[in-house]
Amino acid sequence: MTTPRAGTGTTTKMADRTEVRLAGEGGQGMILAGIILAEAAIHDGRNAVQTQSYGPEARGGASKAEVVISSGEIDHPEVLEADVVITLSQAAFQKFSGSFGPDGRLIAADKEESEKASGSIKPGGWLIVDEEKVDSSAAPKNVRLIRLPITKMAVETTGKGITANTVALGVLVGLTDVVSREAIEKAVTARAPKGTEDMNRKALQAGFDAAERVKAKK
Amino acid sequence: MAVKLMQGNEAIAKGAVAAGCRFYAGYPITPSTEVAEVLSRELPKVGGKFIQMEDEIASMAAIIGARVGGLKSMTATSGPGFSLMQENIGYAAMTEVPCVIVNVQRLGPSTGQPTAASQGDVMQARWGTHGDHPIIVLSPISVRHSFDLTIKAFDFSEKYRTPVILLTDEIIGHMREPVELPDFKTVKIFEHSVTEKPADYKAYRNGPGDVPPMAAFGTGYRYHITGLFHDEVGFPTQRLDEIDPWLERVNTKLTNHMDEIALYEEDYEDGAKVALLSYGCSARTARHAMKLARAQGQKVDLLSLFTIWPFPEKQVEALGDKVDRIVVPEMNRGQLALEVERIVGRKKVRRVGLANGEMVTPQMVLEKMGG
Repeated sequence: MTTPRAGTGTTTKMADRTEVRLAGEGGQGMILAGIILAEAAIHDGRNAVQTQSYGPEARGGASKAEVVISSGEIDHPEVLEADVVITLSQAAFQKFSGSFGPDGRLIAADKEESEKASGSIKPGGWLIVDEEKVDSSAAPKNVRLIRLPITKMAVETTGKGITANTVALGVLVGLTDVVSREAIEKAVTARAPKGTEDMNRKALQAGFDAAERVKAKK
Repeated sequence: MAVKLMQGNEAIAKGAVAAGCRFYAGYPITPSTEVAEVLSRELPKVGGKFIQMEDEIASMAAIIGARVGGLKSMTATSGPGFSLMQENIGYAAMTEVPCVIVNVQRLGPSTGQPTAASQGDVMQARWGTHGDHPIIVLSPISVRHSFDLTIKAFDFSEKYRTPVILLTDEIIGHMREPVELPDFKTVKIFEHSVTEKPADYKAYRNGPGDVPPMAAFGTGYRYHITGLFHDEVGFPTQRLDEIDPWLERVNTKLTNHMDEIALYEEDYEDGAKVALLSYGCSARTARHAMKLARAQGQKVDLLSLFTIWPFPEKQVEALGDKVDRIVVPEMNRGQLALEVERIVGRKKVRRVGLANGEMVTPQMVLEKMGG
């Protein structure tokens, strides 16, 4: 038999398997965002598995959450070839956007090489970055690159940079529909600390609105 | 209970409460800490005790003492802590005190990489303490399975008076999946009942049966506990006519009951000549690879082991008789694969070992399956 190879379309992925990676600096709340996204998938009546990877630091470093969504069983729990990657920091971009090898060398330009990167993105997949935090000039050329000032939008909307993860969820769901808007709103509200539900709803809406503006431009 | 997104480590803590664990002693360590966090909240609600000890040596001693006093007990740790626990795990095996030790494996040796996943403690879980001794090691493959196997761990530890290691890993421990837990009241585990009068009770009698019932201290039953070889009431002995029956009973009390202790899942196809054999997080990858291969028309078998010690020799031998090749993915440089090789021969086994903190991928498994 011919051995299927990773990085050539979806051969080592199952049909009905959506893979999302959310990455940022430790403390930006991207692992929590991953948990919320998985909970939203469950609200939609689908299956989800969330895994995470982080360094020994409580703050800083680069951390990521991965969410695999399917209507059926999910076996291998980690992302094989991401449908969507969102990064809020340069360190996270370097580590998890599939643009760089483990030695930090830029490999996105070389297609063969970029398929070997652990963080590879599906051709035509989404790469969403916080444009003020990430120099995305090295992004792979075969993905849909979306640049938005996510953290700045959070500060402008709620006065608090810590709601950037909620804005990020709004952008992600608004653009990609990996879960329904109703489900993500329900999941965000349920996880919001008491008294911050409205603030988080506004942050989520700001993300939806930004996604609509991106779509309108295309 | 409703469907809830839950972490593997949280499911272990819930499983412990459901199984009747009422004493936890431990020292926090990544990536096991959530087990302690959840139990520090949950145990007091059911009248249990949670103690953060000064280290893992003391933690292990405390859970042995708690069980001798009558409370089902558990600790949780990872690599460096598991190494420190070995001496007292041997003490629990020698004194036949039931207890459950959770090891959420991380990359080692030594401090290694605290947040990176591994399955590198397979052999340590079996042989980490000195001397011949029995031990049960269970390895879950999902969040719900972490709950279920924790209950099994308590059940087996009581029934066979042995320490049981729940050998999970950073992937399964930190992974979140939707689960619906059963009503804890429906959970039943083995309970000792002592029928002898206190004067006739022998905590270490060598028959009838291979597991004498265990009486708790303070209930009128008197016996001695020591890490030395001991007679039937627990006092040190050097008499071979007392040591030999003990050795024979204790070193066969698990292997005599493998029909119950061997937990596994077979997914076999008629005519398959290649099989995948795995456990823990890598069993998820193996199942993924199996589905891909089958989708391409290749026949392949999958044996997922949930009990890894005592090694389920019968099941692996039968698989070896059926297929030409067994691929063993695991997050180490080939540990359980050694056991598979011992049973089916080296030529039939292809190892897929990765010991750098990254999961084995389905593609790596497919490449080893070959055509």
